[in-house]
Amino acid sequence: MLHIINKAPQERNSLDSCLRVARTGTILLIEDGVYAATRGNAAEGKIKDAMTRFKVCVLGPDLDARGMGDRLIEGVQSVGYDGFVDLVASEPNCQSWV
Amino acid sequence: MPIIEVAGKSYETDEEGYLVNLNEWNEEVAGYLAQSENVVMTDQHWEVINFLREYYDEFQIAPAVRVLTKAIGKKLGAEKGNSQYLYELFPYGPAKQACKIGGLPKPTGCI
Amino acid sequence: MSEEGGIKKFMFVNRKAPYGTVYALESLEVVLITAAFDQDVSLAFLDDGVYQLKKGQQTKGIETKNFSPTFRALDGYDIEKLYVEREAMEERGLTEADLLVDVIVLSRVEMGELMEQQDVVLSC
Repeated sequence: MLHIINKAPQERNSLDSCLRVARTGTILLIEDGVYAATRGNAAEGKIKDAMTRFKVCVLGPDLDARGMGDRLIEGVQSVGYDGFVDLVASEPNCQSWV
Repeated sequence: MPIIEVAGKSYETDEEGYLVNLNEWNEEVAGYLAQSENVVMTDQHWEVINFLREYYDEFQIAPAVRVLTKAIGKKLGAEKGNSQYLYELFPYGPAKQACKIGGLPKPTGCI
Repeated sequence: MSEEGGIKKFMFVNRKAPYGTVYALESLEVVLITAAFDQDVSLAFLDDGVYQLKKGQQTKGIETKNFSPTFRALDGYDIEKLYVEREAMEERGLTEADLLVDVIVLSRVEMGELMEQQDVVLSC
């Protein structure tokens, strides 16, 4: 399953909920969700832990818009809009943790 | 939305006549907009228009009159950095009128 | 508000990241309007609000206006007091060097004390 998270980790518990419930697949962080995958963020540990179970991606344009392109956690993949579409197409289903 | 025609090209404006897409702006459009405001463009007018466009480019807003006046004084000298000078050039308000001619949005907080 | 002749202390509290919602942009517009009334205006950045001041924002890819340069215009509007919560920066891996304007960094406790001194606090 593709799990899409669009809220910042310190603003909502979307990431926590997802990590508590979801089992496998891909996590795609978009919009304010991208902050979770930046070095030094309090959620850094959670993302690194999640990477042992999930493929973790961020939407590049959202990361760049926020000026955080230079501090993506190593191992997290930055994808463009085309990559977003590919992820949706490659997973059997998807869920938005709004 | 109203459309204006300048030199065979059409441009979209809002209800108050401000250019919708600031990237479409050019000197011909400025001339047209100035005419619609009954402003005869001189080098002094252009100086203010160019200043405003540079300000917008740097800060992404059109400045309030007070801020514009102060900033112009700093850049172009005290004899130009006062509201009397600017209102002589743009009688209906330097920020409002000059922004329109310069293809910029109406200054924030300007009624 | 100027009828009484007194200058009031206005603090705008920013707690939201810049592009996920419209709060940050709207708050900044209100700040610019308030500047016209010659009040004592300050801005406080807490929680995700500190992200508004991050250097290097490039919004072409999301086709949204990058309003972060406007924070650099505040000085010209005589708004010079921008307070940032130290703990909020630390929890997000940010330092003062990551911010695009000069700020006054305060601890959470100091920020709370400063809020107590305001006449009007507007929060977004």
